[in-house]
Amino acid sequence: MYDLIIVGAGPAGITASVYAARKKMNFLVISNDIGGQTAWSGKVENYTGYQFISGPDLAAKFEDHMKKYAFNLKENETVLELKKIDNGISIKTNKAKYETKIAIIASGTRSRELNVPGEKEFKNRGITYCATCDGPLFAGKDVAVIGGGNSALDAVLQLEKIAKHVYLINLAPALTGDAIMQAKIAGSKNVTILNSTEVKTIHGNKMVNAIEVVPSSGEKTVRKIDVQGVFIEIGLMPNSDFAEGLEKNKKGEIKVNARNQTSVDSIFAAGDVTDVPSKQIIVAAGEGAKASIEAFKYLSRQK
Amino acid sequence: MSKNVKIYTTPTCPYCINAKKYLTDHKVQFENIDVSADTAKAQEMVDKSGQMSVPVLEVDSEVIVGFDKEKIDKALGL
Repeated sequence: MYDLIIVGAGPAGITASVYAARKKMNFLVISNDIGGQTAWSGKVENYTGYQFISGPDLAAKFEDHMKKYAFNLKENETVLELKKIDNGISIKTNKAKYETKIAIIASGTRSRELNVPGEKEFKNRGITYCATCDGPLFAGKDVAVIGGGNSALDAVLQLEKIAKHVYLINLAPALTGDAIMQAKIAGSKNVTILNSTEVKTIHGNKMVNAIEVVPSSGEKTVRKIDVQGVFIEIGLMPNSDFAEGLEKNKKGEIKVNARNQTSVDSIFAAGDVTDVPSKQIIVAAGEGAKASIEAFKYLSRQK
Repeated sequence: MSKNVKIYTTPTCPYCINAKKYLTDHKVQFENIDVSADTAKAQEMVDKSGQMSVPVLEVDSEVIVGFDKEKIDKALGL
């Protein structure tokens, strides 16, 4: 049995592991990937000590720092269940089962899904959640961007340069992203903004070929728009589904106290998966440090 | 015998950057194909992989979608 298992290796999980390694704890880190959302950030200009660094570069520095220490790391592994048992915590992944005395959940967030028919079938077959990654594949094609916040507007601004036509489908009556981006989009000839509009279905054959939209007012007039690409940019959701017994807020974020303790006192949580406000790399890293220090103190008291 | 390794990428995709770094770190020689600069190659990638996301790796004739370390290790014998 481990003393500690850390779930996730973004800024929170990595910082927690650095602190745990320096305390010479007997611990394991389980994560799908290394770097988390940091690797997906463009420019980072608010991480103290770096006036400017790219997201992937900062993630690589985090990884180098973590790997200076010898400890057990399970990459490409997904936690499916984490629950309290009599003498500790049991964790089930897609590959194995583990037991630990205490846990730190630092599993971060993922792209929010639309939950409409066609979304699962055509994921990566025209549907993408990463405009930065897959945008260039849609050069010369008609595409739809779903959302109205900064990430959606950012996707539109990337795509309007290369796509034939961009439809921006926004559920709300007005866009919510920064005014400066809205102004740029307003000046673009190949962008159509459809506010108060809801996506009903995504159609395709092998790949996406159309979407069906309806007014969000509840009117039943269905409009079919031919597109070869659908970019879903409707925010993020916490990766907290596997932690069933823990108290969460309405967004599904795990509730923590000032010591990063969840509603189960041997389970700690840190970073974007928690209800701590300000989803920032530096905040997540700090929360990871706090959680690790508190986890160590908790363990010392149990002995 | 060294294998023929190709990787289809875009310059801004984090998984592409990580995948290229992984290959470089393991001293694997590869050909990088930037699909943002070449629409014919982009179509070739879609045809080969049956999907539209990067990165796509091709090790000899085996196609690997995404930065999947386990499949890459297996294909390359790492």
